[in-house]
Amino acid sequence: MAQRLMRLIGTMFGALLVSVLPLTAAAPAALFTPGEELQVERAATGRPGGRLVVALRAEPRTLNPLLVADAPSREVVGRMTGDLIHINRLSQAIEPALASAWTRSKDGREYTLTLRKGLRFSDGHPFDADDVVFTFQALLDARVASPQRDLLIVGGKPIDVKKVDEYHVRVSLAGPYAAAERLFDSVAILPRHLLERAFMEGTLQEAWTTQVAAGAIAGLGPYRLKEYVAGQRLVLERNPYYWKVDANTRRLPYIDELVFLFTGNEDAQVIRFQSGESDVLGRVGADNFNLLMKDQTSRRFQLADLGPSLEYNFLFFNLNDLSGKNLPQVAARQRWFTDVHFRRAVSLAIDRDAIVRLVFKGRGVPLWGNVTPGNRLWQNTSLPRPARSVADARAVLKTAGYSWRSDGALVDRQGQKVEFTIATSATSAQRTEMATLIQADLKELGMDVRVVPLEFRALLDRILDTFDYDASVQGFGGGDADPNGEMNVWLSRGTNHYWRLGQKQPATPWEAEIDRLMQQQLVTLDIPERKRLYDRVQMIIAENVPFIFLATPHVLVGARADLGNFQPSVLDHYTLWNVEQLYFKSQGRSNGR
Amino acid sequence: MKRAVTVVSVLVGLHLLILLAGFVAPYDPTTQVRTLPFAPPSRIHFVDAAGIFHLRPFVYASAPDGAGDYYVEDMSVRYPVRFFTRGARYSIVPGIESDVHVAGVDAPGRLTLAGTDGYGRDVFSRVLHGARVSVTAGLLATLCALFVGTVLGTLAGFTGGVVDRIVMRAADVFMAVPWLYLLFAVRAALPLHLDTRAAFLLLVAVLGVVGWARPSRLVRGIVLSAKERAYVRVAEGFGASPLYVLRRHVLPHTYGVVLTQAGLLVPQFILAEVTLSFLGLGIGEPEASLGSMLGTLQQYHVLASYWWMFAPAIALVAVAAGYHALTSLAHDRARLVAS
Repeated sequence: MAQRLMRLIGTMFGALLVSVLPLTAAAPAALFTPGEELQVERAATGRPGGRLVVALRAEPRTLNPLLVADAPSREVVGRMTGDLIHINRLSQAIEPALASAWTRSKDGREYTLTLRKGLRFSDGHPFDADDVVFTFQALLDARVASPQRDLLIVGGKPIDVKKVDEYHVRVSLAGPYAAAERLFDSVAILPRHLLERAFMEGTLQEAWTTQVAAGAIAGLGPYRLKEYVAGQRLVLERNPYYWKVDANTRRLPYIDELVFLFTGNEDAQVIRFQSGESDVLGRVGADNFNLLMKDQTSRRFQLADLGPSLEYNFLFFNLNDLSGKNLPQVAARQRWFTDVHFRRAVSLAIDRDAIVRLVFKGRGVPLWGNVTPGNRLWQNTSLPRPARSVADARAVLKTAGYSWRSDGALVDRQGQKVEFTIATSATSAQRTEMATLIQADLKELGMDVRVVPLEFRALLDRILDTFDYDASVQGFGGGDADPNGEMNVWLSRGTNHYWRLGQKQPATPWEAEIDRLMQQQLVTLDIPERKRLYDRVQMIIAENVPFIFLATPHVLVGARADLGNFQPSVLDHYTLWNVEQLYFKSQGRSNGR
Repeated sequence: MKRAVTVVSVLVGLHLLILLAGFVAPYDPTTQVRTLPFAPPSRIHFVDAAGIFHLRPFVYASAPDGAGDYYVEDMSVRYPVRFFTRGARYSIVPGIESDVHVAGVDAPGRLTLAGTDGYGRDVFSRVLHGARVSVTAGLLATLCALFVGTVLGTLAGFTGGVVDRIVMRAADVFMAVPWLYLLFAVRAALPLHLDTRAAFLLLVAVLGVVGWARPSRLVRGIVLSAKERAYVRVAEGFGASPLYVLRRHVLPHTYGVVLTQAGLLVPQFILAEVTLSFLGLGIGEPEASLGSMLGTLQQYHVLASYWWMFAPAIALVAVAAGYHALTSLAHDRARLVAS
């Protein structure tokens, strides 16, 4: 079913030919400014009007694109802003957006971007190269402390953006950078006319909070701010100057109003959707998805299982250097954790199929590496996938010097009983369930494992700061498909290098090797060569098991049956990435409620 | 009188069930059967697929259908219910172990009287074992609170003066403390690795320590009034020692209050244990407690799809209602005696 859906989406995408077409006098003059260089979405045809309601898990923290770090803010701000070069969420390939074309210099260090002419921000102010230069200036300013800033530092230096003329900018990188075009995705272009003053005064990081007046904020996205009611809802209205049109040269988006409700958690989102209060359901767990499947036809939903996501869940042990910490007990247990045989035995004993079946209700796939089958371009399909075998796991432990007491408990060489704790986030029922299954699996090896759900902040504090934990179950991924998005996990000094953080020098030869390969793929422009390098990284990770990969859930989403052009993707944002093309098929609905 | 007999016998029956959890429960509460997540309760049959009646009840093995959310019975093999079967080992109290269970069926059939949870664990067995944890915690915490409360209350009431003031102000403080937050803090300060027994004792200690204030106030009041009675004065005049007076003339007055308090505190503390485990502060997985079992009902899909997951709530209501009925009986009786 999932495969069929993927195929269907594939063909739909084939039909969606994106092209640049300077509009001629054929377009109705009243609607369009002469010389406006619009993008035509050929496949998009729909009916205008209506009001789309989306339930958010939490309230956005900010509407300032520079400061967005949480998912709800990203979800909202993404609908109000535009980027220069965009990653198509279906094909996972890049496509022109505000930049209609670009060229790369031979050494791969210089890009010249051609901007669309005659576009306007949502407040009617014209857009040109000055806005682009301003945006990067603000993003790279240390005072603003944008979370996106690190991504724009290439070869140790911030990227340099210069205006060539009104509609051309030149971007220079300190070193060659593979897939540099992808850097521009989701970098929201800001209106200089509204923000320059705040930037000069050094108050840009305080601009555009959720309290901002609708008139003081503008962007290049399909929607613009209409109303924000704290604690309840955020209402966006159609941007009349949006730069995309459909095949009939009707200006997008179709839907007049986009309403985001703040609900609190996934269950509340599901209940709202089920009762008809919201029209689109973002990613949900398999349990809730199955629940909705039961009344799919009676309540007229379209539910989609898009197949494996890019997210990977894993178990990992604390291998941090504890010399400066007063944690003798954890340090004593690290004797086991640092032993690769121990980690391999644990990996062999885990019943990944059970995780898929019980936690993801069959809507997931087991994993042996960090790249999931959802990432078609980059997965190393030749990784070994040893089947679960308690006997093999016991054999590995035996050769590593472990033995078993008469009561079945596993002991190490020193006669110490193997017992440890898996800390999970209390708010993630799924990860706690995975840990509970692992607990039972490892009991068969004679390991005494406890599962401790902790409040999320407290858990992060232990993992990132105090290192006072034995093991944990976490999940990463879901952003971009490109390996560059994984740099901060696999580089030994990376901020998400969870198992051993804060390394000045790689702690092990294989981590040094991963560092080398990841750096090399970053500056390799040839795709097959990059793939070879990244395949090798995946193999080294699989051999040394710093993370024990468990499973990835399918991306499960839904919408009202009469929502047209609904083409969810496995990349973030799953459902609203093409919000400008969504429309209500039935007239009654599109008149609002 | 008839009502009293009913209430007491129901309570005794419940406690026997709970005490003999291992014997009554067909399975080990922590054993996962991963092929049977969220399986509905087994249907007990007397008539088989061919329409033939069997005197000995039986069950069919059930397996999930393709989609995984519905179970279908495989009618080809009958699994008759057997009594006093051998199964998983359990202990009634430390030292008394056995592997005999009241009823069971041969594997691969499963006698799941209240269905299974998300890991395929038998909910009926888990409710019994979970109730054992919750009720024992409630009883021990009550003992603890009443003991501390009576001792301190008597001390305060009988001695008076500075001691009285110190103890009563301390009681005020304990009653004013937002203990749920205190508990979060205590749990955060403790090491992650806390074994089940330690977690259980901690739970009991916390409930007991938090709960002594109210009984101590009541006891103090009674002691205060009792020690001023004429016959107490007379006994003192005859040279009776304070301890004798306390034991002989003052403390007997407090028994009624202490007993009523016990009846009120037990269900209250059981509920407190349930609350703590519900919030993840009590006994951890895989061990069962009524609170942690109810915790899974926080998930909407469980709440909406699997009615048998409410079984711990039914057990909880039964036990709490039993104790409240007992307390109101005791109260009526006390009023009768007084009039």
